[in-house]
Amino acid sequence: MAGPGGGSNDVQWCFSQVKGAIDDDVAEADIISTVEFNQSGELLATGDKGGRVVIFQQEQESKNKLQCRGEYNVYSTFQSHEPEFDYLKSLEIEEKINKIRWLPQKNAAHFLLSTNDKTIKLWKISERDKRPEGYNLKEEDGRYRDPNTVTTLRVPVFRPMDLMVEASPRRVFANAHTYHINSISVNSDCETYLSADDLRVNLWHLEITDRSFNIVDIKPANMEDLTEVITAAEFHPNQCNTFVYSSSKGTIRLCDMRAAALCDSHAKLFEEPEDPNNRSFFSEIISSISDVKFSHSGRYMMTRDYLSVKIWDLNMESRPVETYQVHEYLRSKLCSLYENDCIFDKFECCWNGNDSVVMTGSYNNFFRMFDRGYQQDMTLEASRENSKPRSVLKPRKVSTGGKRKKDEISVDSLDFNKKILHTAWHPLDNIIAVATTNNLYIFQDKLN
Amino acid sequence: MSGDNEETQTAEETPVEEKEVQEKTISPEKAEEAKLKARYPNLGNKPGGSDLLRKRLQKGQKYFDSGDYNMAKAKIKNKQLPTAAPEKTEITGDHIPTPQDLPQRKPSLVASKLAG
Repeated sequence: MAGPGGGSNDVQWCFSQVKGAIDDDVAEADIISTVEFNQSGELLATGDKGGRVVIFQQEQESKNKLQCRGEYNVYSTFQSHEPEFDYLKSLEIEEKINKIRWLPQKNAAHFLLSTNDKTIKLWKISERDKRPEGYNLKEEDGRYRDPNTVTTLRVPVFRPMDLMVEASPRRVFANAHTYHINSISVNSDCETYLSADDLRVNLWHLEITDRSFNIVDIKPANMEDLTEVITAAEFHPNQCNTFVYSSSKGTIRLCDMRAAALCDSHAKLFEEPEDPNNRSFFSEIISSISDVKFSHSGRYMMTRDYLSVKIWDLNMESRPVETYQVHEYLRSKLCSLYENDCIFDKFECCWNGNDSVVMTGSYNNFFRMFDRGYQQDMTLEASRENSKPRSVLKPRKVSTGGKRKKDEISVDSLDFNKKILHTAWHPLDNIIAVATTNNLYIFQDKLN
Repeated sequence: MSGDNEETQTAEETPVEEKEVQEKTISPEKAEEAKLKARYPNLGNKPGGSDLLRKRLQKGQKYFDSGDYNMAKAKIKNKQLPTAAPEKTEITGDHIPTPQDLPQRKPSLVASKLAG
């Protein structure tokens, strides 16, 4: 099982690798839009705004003691989605990959689901390391032999070849979403998955592409009455009948598919009561949940809103059991953050393997970790300046008061264009993948 | 891990002293709201309401109407294209789009720099 995921004062995070271009001129297509480890942690997938998927594979552990963990190197890369134009609705459909989710591995091949705003695709990634040679009717280069020249028969044999990794689209799940898909989630039954857009959640079977069941529909009869949208959805990690979806109003609804075919009425509603005296123009916007993730145990779920991370016990709907402030100092900057649209940034969050630590991103390429057991938090930075191999990352601090200490950074100096929206934690080990705008950083804890 | 404990909260109440300070001063959120209202007095009172949501749902819509385009070309021969009428229910932008305005969308033929 995993090594300590935190819960120890001695955990030190070190730089391991960085992927991507160094230059500051970022092409829009290179903006990373999703990062996801597979269930073993051996593969790490990224999706970008240009519709491309890059998969990294961890090298086998070397016998060298100093480097007990393998590096991640490119395993496969392919164009998953392409831009489309819906002429009927005058809608431009972006090729940006919104989410990637791996299927649990059942055989030698790997499968993942990738989605843009409208279409989900199932990709098969397989290895080919041998090829047949010695055909009777074909030359080795593929040209056909004149059958008159064939005098004897031979049995073709498989001979080793250089490893080739092929990605092929096995299923295309299209035309089921009027609005923009924000989430996909594979069910623990490994046969079905859900996809959620702003107003609806659909249930699919992985084998069937021409049909999908609508299980949640919050579209009002009159669009003028629209007050909230679905922001994220996820299946429970081991109860195949349970899923949750979060809303732009800060609520989470847990639904049980055994109760009814249409899960418009929730089984549980998680909402933290708000103090009406504190309500402002910004209250609803910053309460909008940008990500929801179940713990690996299935007992808890975590939500991310603009300023905080909340842990909820599935047995208690009235309020979260833990709340962690990500960047509370931004509360006095909400006006400018509204003007530059940063207030609408959608940050994701993730759990470590044993659910003891949670992580989320912030601005200035900072990211935050919260140790639930020891009730401690840490701020780290993903930057090329700290990119010497195995160099320990120094904790960062934002100064909120008048006096700025040495090595602290003031709120006004933060770069709001450098946002870390996507992070992922290896399911079994202390390895994390952190995406800045166009670079992917891999950090590991220091092995003693 | 190192770090300060002040930023984590459990489900308990905030200390009494903090509450008193909050009552005496305007909360930072309300101060920010006042700033926003001062800059944009026409901002509706519906916080984060249906306008924002509807704008979000319409993301990606580009309008090109060949009829509008040709009418505009016919009306004003050498002058600039006129701006659209102010009361349009849909958000079409503030000028009539031309084919040149709609960006050519081509898939990324270049490999991702992450794989480089």
